[in-house]
Amino acid sequence: MTQTFLGMPAASPEEQPHTGGWRTNVEVPQDTLRWGHTFPEGAHKTLANTQMRRNLGHATRTIRNKRQLRVDEMPDWEDLREAAEAVKFEVASRLPELLEQFEANVTANGGIVHWARDAAEANRIVADIIKSKGVDDVVKVKSMATQETNLNEYLADEGITAHETDLAEMIVQLADDMPSHIVVPAIHRNRSEVRGIFLDRMGDAPEDLSDKPEELAGAARAHLRKKFLHAKVAVSGTNMGIAETGTVSIFESEGNGRMCLTLPDTLITLMGIEKLVPRYQDAEIFTQLLPRSATGERMNPYTSMWTGVTPGDGPQEFHLILMDNGRTKVLTDPIGRQALACIRCGSCMNICPVYQHTGGHAYGSVYPGPIGSILTPQLTQGLDDDDPVHTLPFASSLCGACAEVCPVKIDIPTILIHLRARSVDVKRRLVPDMWDVAMNVTAPVMSNGKAWLAATEGVKATRLIGKDGRIGALPFPASLWTRSRDLPIAPKESLRHWWKRTHPEGITPSRTATDAVDAAQPDVTEENR
Amino acid sequence: MDAKTAILARAREAISRSQQGRPVREVPRNYIRVGADAPGSEPVVADMVEKLEDYSATVVRAPKDAAILDAIDELLGDARSVVVPAGLPQEYKDAAARSGRTVHEDSRQEPIPTLELDRIEAVLTCSRVGISISGTICLDGEPDQGRRAISLVPDKHVVVLERETIMPTVPQAVDVLGQHPTRPTTWIAGGSATSDIELVRVNGVHGPRNLGVVIAH
Ligand code: SF4
Repeated sequence: MTQTFLGMPAASPEEQPHTGGWRTNVEVPQDTLRWGHTFPEGAHKTLANTQMRRNLGHATRTIRNKRQLRVDEMPDWEDLREAAEAVKFEVASRLPELLEQFEANVTANGGIVHWARDAAEANRIVADIIKSKGVDDVVKVKSMATQETNLNEYLADEGITAHETDLAEMIVQLADDMPSHIVVPAIHRNRSEVRGIFLDRMGDAPEDLSDKPEELAGAARAHLRKKFLHAKVAVSGTNMGIAETGTVSIFESEGNGRMCLTLPDTLITLMGIEKLVPRYQDAEIFTQLLPRSATGERMNPYTSMWTGVTPGDGPQEFHLILMDNGRTKVLTDPIGRQALACIRCGSCMNICPVYQHTGGHAYGSVYPGPIGSILTPQLTQGLDDDDPVHTLPFASSLCGACAEVCPVKIDIPTILIHLRARSVDVKRRLVPDMWDVAMNVTAPVMSNGKAWLAATEGVKATRLIGKDGRIGALPFPASLWTRSRDLPIAPKESLRHWWKRTHPEGITPSRTATDAVDAAQPDVTEENR
Repeated sequence: MDAKTAILARAREAISRSQQGRPVREVPRNYIRVGADAPGSEPVVADMVEKLEDYSATVVRAPKDAAILDAIDELLGDARSVVVPAGLPQEYKDAAARSGRTVHEDSRQEPIPTLELDRIEAVLTCSRVGISISGTICLDGEPDQGRRAISLVPDKHVVVLERETIMPTVPQAVDVLGQHPTRPTTWIAGGSATSDIELVRVNGVHGPRNLGVVIAH
């Protein structure tokens, strides 16, 4: 694998006078799904990065708490999740016909639909459209799909500059950095670093720029305003496409999305083929689940929905690229295909103790955290021993909290175990050097009764396998244990659950006692009840 | 084989392996579709106001006619120039012109060029539907709401929300919007904001920094 090192540049201090406050220590990879390091290598590196850990810890805690507040407001949250899960199961089950229906409706409304088998084909289509418009400069809305295809680097090689217009993506881009979170990609940077990045790289940043977030956002506004007003072509991803009507949507906060979707003459939207919902009505489910899950807001400030082109309003040429890039491979797996339901809200990474401690760059992919651990190896089919992504399903203490918060009810722990089994089948070898990392990150969960309650749900998932005696009985870290001995199947019920069930109201188990007993369970020595 | 044929063939083959006879069930819609209170009823309006103010929008509740016009003038405040969609009710346009403001009309047929729009300080539009549970206002590009660009480029957006169009739930609003699903639709929940730097909320990045709402009774 080739990698272009675009990190801390060799430029002299005179050219980069403010770099003292920031440095880029991650390479921009050619393949953004595989950065070339394994999770253990990445984790050890980011564990040493105190700045990243501190920032991510703060960010994930804050968003997590806000999310909880907004979820608690919703008496029908579980019903919404049920509905979302059913919609996404339907999409996976009927994908070909829904895609054809979607294409027909986009076309009927004046849009132009392209299909791309993989990232390279998608990038080529985007570049060809841009070149046909005679421009070498485009504005971009933050998008995971274009991150996945490494579109910006591809366009740069073709002589086209793609300006990221989301504040966080812009910070990442200016710093030649990689995103660390799917919703707040620059959250590993603090304000003084952002100030340094702007002063060194933004060109028109005012010399007296302070590190106040309002001033920094103001500088970004001024910097981008001209670009928005003059842009001829914009590139975006999408949060949701509606098959029944051909409608496409973007959920955002800053208004940069609306600028890109509305002002240029030509709009190019790259969409993963799984991003569909069948009916317009289904929007009522996801517009409720996504904002509350992603940023803990009742609703994100701006949501745009458009269908093909509207004469006299917005871009008069609309290209939609439907991209596979491994998604149909994910779809072949009866268990793993659930990962296609992901709406990229980030809740699973905000609650994940492993993500919080090892940082967003450890996962070696644009998809970090629990969803990254199940999606990346499936998209790349990288379960071979020599593939860096094969370690990702082991990057979990299997606490199960991710499944509890996922708005579309993706059973992440079960998929982790399943992929681990697949990986072990490929090559029966276990991952070294992971024990320390794992125990450190698991400890906070074990010392928290509520989190551990969620955790034991995950352990129960191990009951799904093991009958055939496969070694993938427990994922990492317990996998290290299973190297030398057989592992009994997890009990049907944790002590905590058993206590709740068998003890009438009013008798509460002593917190310390049950926590201690529950915490002893990952070794699963309790008998099957 | 072209890309479309290839992708659809892959998808069919994938599903044949992974579906394993599992049926597609009808989507269970046990979530709350219709609110306890009627659209535009007092509790729904009060909730809407609370949610809007939570987003730091400025809200004025005005009985029909004269008070609405005063509210428009008040919310436009010290803006010197205002863009309005051509289909806006004439009395609203007149209210926008009070206090010596210059009013520019915009339509799909005669759009104001973007760079000129950038020099206009405020915009006044109507709206299609409101959602009280989240304080969201939806615009669907009809002549009284205008092109998407006009409610985006000026720094201040004043929007008139008819009381009867305030729905308590998202599904009730989607039912209304779903009658014309292909119209270009914008859902607005407060002014432009970002939390990208250390999660500190900063109001006003690229979209209008000020949102004023007149709730017309
Ligand atoms: S897996 Fe679920 S929780 Fe994680 S990002 Fe996707 S939708 Fe959100």
